[in-house]
Amino acid sequence: MMSPAVLSKLATLVALAGLFLGRPAAADVLPDNRADLFYSKYSGGGMDISTYTASAHVNATENIGLDYSYLVDKVSGASVDVLSNASVIKDERKQNSINATWIHDKTTYTIGYSNSKERDYISNTPHFSLSQAMFGDLTTITLGFSRSRDGVGDNGGTANNPKVTWVGHAESREYDLGISQILTRNLIAGLTFDVITDDGYLANPYRFVRYYSNSGLGYDQGSQVYPDTRTSTAIEGRLKYYLPYRAAITGVYRYYRDTWGIIGDTVEIDYTHPVRNKWIFEGRVRYYKQSHANFYADIFPYADAQNFEGRDKDLASSENITIGAKATYAWLPDGWKVFKRSTVTADISQVRFKYLDFRDIKDYNDTPAGGDYAAGTEPLYHFNAMIYQLYLSAFF
Amino acid sequence: MHLKLRNASVALGLLLLSACSSVQPWVKPYERDRLADPVMAWDRDALSSAFLDHVYESREGSRGGTGAAGGGCGCN
Amino acid sequence: MRTSSLKLIQRGVLAAILGGSSVLAAAGDTSGPAPAFTLTDLAGNSEALSQFKGQVVMVNFWATWCGPCQQEMPLLDQMYRKFKPAGFTLIGVNVDKDAPPVKDLLARKPVSFPVLLDPNNAVSKSYHVDEMPSSVIIDRQGNVRYVHRGYKPGDENEYQDRIRQLIRE
Repeated sequence: MMSPAVLSKLATLVALAGLFLGRPAAADVLPDNRADLFYSKYSGGGMDISTYTASAHVNATENIGLDYSYLVDKVSGASVDVLSNASVIKDERKQNSINATWIHDKTTYTIGYSNSKERDYISNTPHFSLSQAMFGDLTTITLGFSRSRDGVGDNGGTANNPKVTWVGHAESREYDLGISQILTRNLIAGLTFDVITDDGYLANPYRFVRYYSNSGLGYDQGSQVYPDTRTSTAIEGRLKYYLPYRAAITGVYRYYRDTWGIIGDTVEIDYTHPVRNKWIFEGRVRYYKQSHANFYADIFPYADAQNFEGRDKDLASSENITIGAKATYAWLPDGWKVFKRSTVTADISQVRFKYLDFRDIKDYNDTPAGGDYAAGTEPLYHFNAMIYQLYLSAFF
Repeated sequence: MHLKLRNASVALGLLLLSACSSVQPWVKPYERDRLADPVMAWDRDALSSAFLDHVYESREGSRGGTGAAGGGCGCN
Repeated sequence: MRTSSLKLIQRGVLAAILGGSSVLAAAGDTSGPAPAFTLTDLAGNSEALSQFKGQVVMVNFWATWCGPCQQEMPLLDQMYRKFKPAGFTLIGVNVDKDAPPVKDLLARKPVSFPVLLDPNNAVSKSYHVDEMPSSVIIDRQGNVRYVHRGYKPGDENEYQDRIRQLIRE
């Protein structure tokens, strides 16, 4: 005879099955066939990154959709973390992604695979998700799972003469739960909850820590030692409201925390304003703030002061604010031959980064003679980045 | 006692939940015109959002939590 | 312990049955007299359902913002022209809040069956429309005989079977 715990779980399953089977009928619809050509440029913090993407979505049948995208990132520059002799970084990253979606009654199944390759980093990520429309299609619940396997390398050569040594592997698992809810004729809400766990080689091989010493600079460099696991949870809520003169305003808040001690808050507001059938204008403001990882310090008191030590600025206490504007122009609003609609979009954002406990030693204290600042008193780092995007979309 | 209460409340919850499957949607399908408007889509340009998410994730300590689950015009 | 577990199973099964009962409601065989209505078309002329008594009538609820509705329209038009001589009428009831988008759409993609406007959704409510599009097939005596929710390619065959069946009565 089964235990009461197993029996009650069985009862739950039977009841849930009843809910899902109760309402057979056609469900959500696949989006229109679509092709995009995308270009973007990120410029800031000494880095210049150009991204080129081509992507397509095709409906193979009424219920099956296929997606493919190919992306190339060209990175060049010398960031603040890369001091003096380590030279300019120049690298190229290529990413291939495919996706298949199947809609059956009120359920949508999606499987996908993504591969990213650059000289010193390889990443492979399969993912799967399931989406269910319920309660008269007012509610959509999504469950997703993805798993990444990465190879981390260290380029000991230069940008033009690379010499990569593979230093480790990292594995990541992500579990997502999403709920989208229609509240009124004008208001929709969304809630996303996810847990990500990583293990393996999680550090950036190009970073180092520093500690006080008697050298001319006042500090000496040391190797980072990262924990080999990390688990994070993020919860995001969003609301989108339709304004009576035909526009939409969105508010988003995300709370993040992980086992490395990082707590992150994100707030974003978007405003979308269409003009007849030809233009859509958007404005966005985003604010982000994080507290540092518990093993992070800009400068440690002495060598090997802690079991885990890191000085990657991604782990520092920081905040950033983004202001962005976007304009989409439907140069082909009502179609021509096989195309239903075609648009061109330009998007500009400025992100201002400010670090609260990461100091700029590249500009102020990295020459053997030392700078004007004693180690540990260099100015805090800050920089602005500009992000430009330009893309052409065709719907058919 | 504690177990019985828990079992009873789980069963009641399930019963109510199943009754909900026959709750009439308070926003009727013929009232979802605004929700079907492209300005009300959570994400009109997935490539652009994915790109910006990547920009932030590679520079911030946070990851994940972005994106919404769905929506729909109530069609089909 | 055992009795409460059994009760739990019973309740689970009951919940499944309750959930399952809505299957029958959705299947489409409903009955009863079709709610009467009088609506105006784009030209401003008034039409009443009662005018079509004696014919087999299909009332199709659609909107300009609903993709599957657009997919269905040309097929409905074909069906209307095919069965009209045998005593069949198709009435398109549009649920848009404003008339101009309807005018624009029909100017670009005209149909030959009558299109009536239900902007305040009174008729949609009386027919309990809970999915877009919805098609209600009414027999010669004015009774609702079949309700079809949503549209997927191939559904037009289902419509034609039902219409033929009712025409023969």
